Amino acid sequence: MSQANLSKNQKPGLLNTENQRTLTWVLFLLPALLVYLVFMAGPLFDSLRLSLYTGKGYNPTEFIGFQNYIDLFTVPLWREKFFNAVTNTCIFFAIHMIVQNSLGLLFANLLSSDFKGRNFFRTLIFTPTTLSVLVVGFLWTLILNPNWGAVNQVLVGIGLEQWALPWLGRENLALPIIALTSVWQWIGMPTVMFLAGLTGISEELLEAASIDGASEWEIFWKIKFPLIQPVLGIIAILTFVDNFNAFDVIYAMAGAKGEPAYSTDLLATLFYRTGIAGEHPTGIPNMGMGATIATITFIILMSGVLLWLYLSRRNADETK
Amino acid sequence: MLRTKFNRALTYIVLTVWTIIVLFPLWTLIVNSFKPQNEIFADPFGLPKNFTLDGYIEVWKAGHFGLYFTNSLIVTILSLTLILFIGSMAAYALAKWKSRVSNFLYVFFIAGLMIPIRLGTIDLMRLIIALNLQNTIWSLIPVYVAMGMPIATFVLTAFIKELPNEMFDAAKVDGASEWQVYSRVVLPLMRPALATVAIFNMIKIWNDFWFPLVFIRQESARTVALGVSLLFGQYHTDWTRALAVLSLAAIPLLILYILLAREFIKGLTAGAIKG
Repeated sequence: MSQANLSKNQKPGLLNTENQRTLTWVLFLLPALLVYLVFMAGPLFDSLRLSLYTGKGYNPTEFIGFQNYIDLFTVPLWREKFFNAVTNTCIFFAIHMIVQNSLGLLFANLLSSDFKGRNFFRTLIFTPTTLSVLVVGFLWTLILNPNWGAVNQVLVGIGLEQWALPWLGRENLALPIIALTSVWQWIGMPTVMFLAGLTGISEELLEAASIDGASEWEIFWKIKFPLIQPVLGIIAILTFVDNFNAFDVIYAMAGAKGEPAYSTDLLATLFYRTGIAGEHPTGIPNMGMGATIATITFIILMSGVLLWLYLSRRNADETK
Repeated sequence: MLRTKFNRALTYIVLTVWTIIVLFPLWTLIVNSFKPQNEIFADPFGLPKNFTLDGYIEVWKAGHFGLYFTNSLIVTILSLTLILFIGSMAAYALAKWKSRVSNFLYVFFIAGLMIPIRLGTIDLMRLIIALNLQNTIWSLIPVYVAMGMPIATFVLTAFIKELPNEMFDAAKVDGASEWQVYSRVVLPLMRPALATVAIFNMIKIWNDFWFPLVFIRQESARTVALGVSLLFGQYHTDWTRALAVLSLAAIPLLILYILLAREFIKGLTAGAIKG
């Protein structure tokens, strides 16, 4: 009965009901859209605009075109800092990409077979991921501290005295060590995601290969690995976005200046010092330059994401 | 047969080594936070012989940890409530409103998954100052709600799209308005997806250090993450207290995780794998 009513009502006032429906949907969307526009999308785009301005403190009002970019790439003081941060960020990302994701794949492959204690290991590998990056960073700073050196005591204990080093004090060691700390924390993510990908592979396929006499090694590289390519793509892009944006772990373990001697300075710490806290000793932020660094980071991230979208779409088309 | 046994043994060896690597720092953190300074240095790995709660008492009282804890709790709970409420409303419209506008908005929301909000910090800071919210916990909530929208719309829209159409039609036939369908049919059914979104955002918000660092100087508005960084700096020569600070920050989430491991794992990987 009500259905009949509904269709009867719809005919004469079609435009009206249609408008009303649209209005309902708009009202459903409005609160989310407003918050998202004002506090996320807006500031992101306005940062692009701010990169064309200069001025001390909180009011960069003087329009200078691309001068910030020119300075960043040509003035030696800026250029050195900037390229140092870019290089360090690339190394930091590469260590995650290689160590974290290959170990994650290894663990996922081990965890994908059925054995006693599987759930325990899965839960355990993911545990550090739930902790605050800051807590993890501080904790490892204490453990790696050469005065206490829980790590160094263990190394001495097993007869590797020459390996008991001031881990965070050496310029060539600090960045990889901090990256490995971060790997320790985040490895649960690729593990769980690879595991989901591997469990999706049909049992029959693997059994058939095994009956044909393929070794575990062959099964892994010739069947499993090609089949989890899409998962690998997602993990690669997530690793990329997260690590080109890393800040907390450096702040906790090496300070906002990326000690020792800027050897652990990343794009995010440089951004923080330049645009927000202000460089020592003045402490006055240069917001225009900060926005410039943010914009360049944004461009790097977008290029990576677009490349990933292009590649994954091409792969999907090929398999069709 | 021999080969499987060998493989199994290898699995256990590799996983046990990693277990030790995971547990060793957590063990040293927790046992040493109950030891006086000299015992921490003399015997860093054993159980405490001169058991003490000094670190915890000092940090809780003099360090105002209770205050930081309350602040973090308020920020997290309010932000989560808002994210779930306005996020699910938006998701309902994105899933059921068939139009070009809604398709565009869906992509617009999802794009935020790949672009970190931190890159807009400079402008956000100016906005927060213009709204006169700096140095209060209220500066954090709108930013966290905005930050939660991409994942909320992504997970919830996918969930609603998979609900059977007949359910919505039946409710409509009974004369229910969109609001009634949303609040009486969709919301109750969406509980598992809401839990996923809640856990993902809870961890992000509770652990966030960046925005408190940028927006808040005042003692009274510090969150746990900000408090930890300041207390850790203050106590860095007093290891019992430094470790108590870290334990206090870590233990609540660790306990929650142990109780809800499956939901946590699902929640944290929600951005990458659907549902």
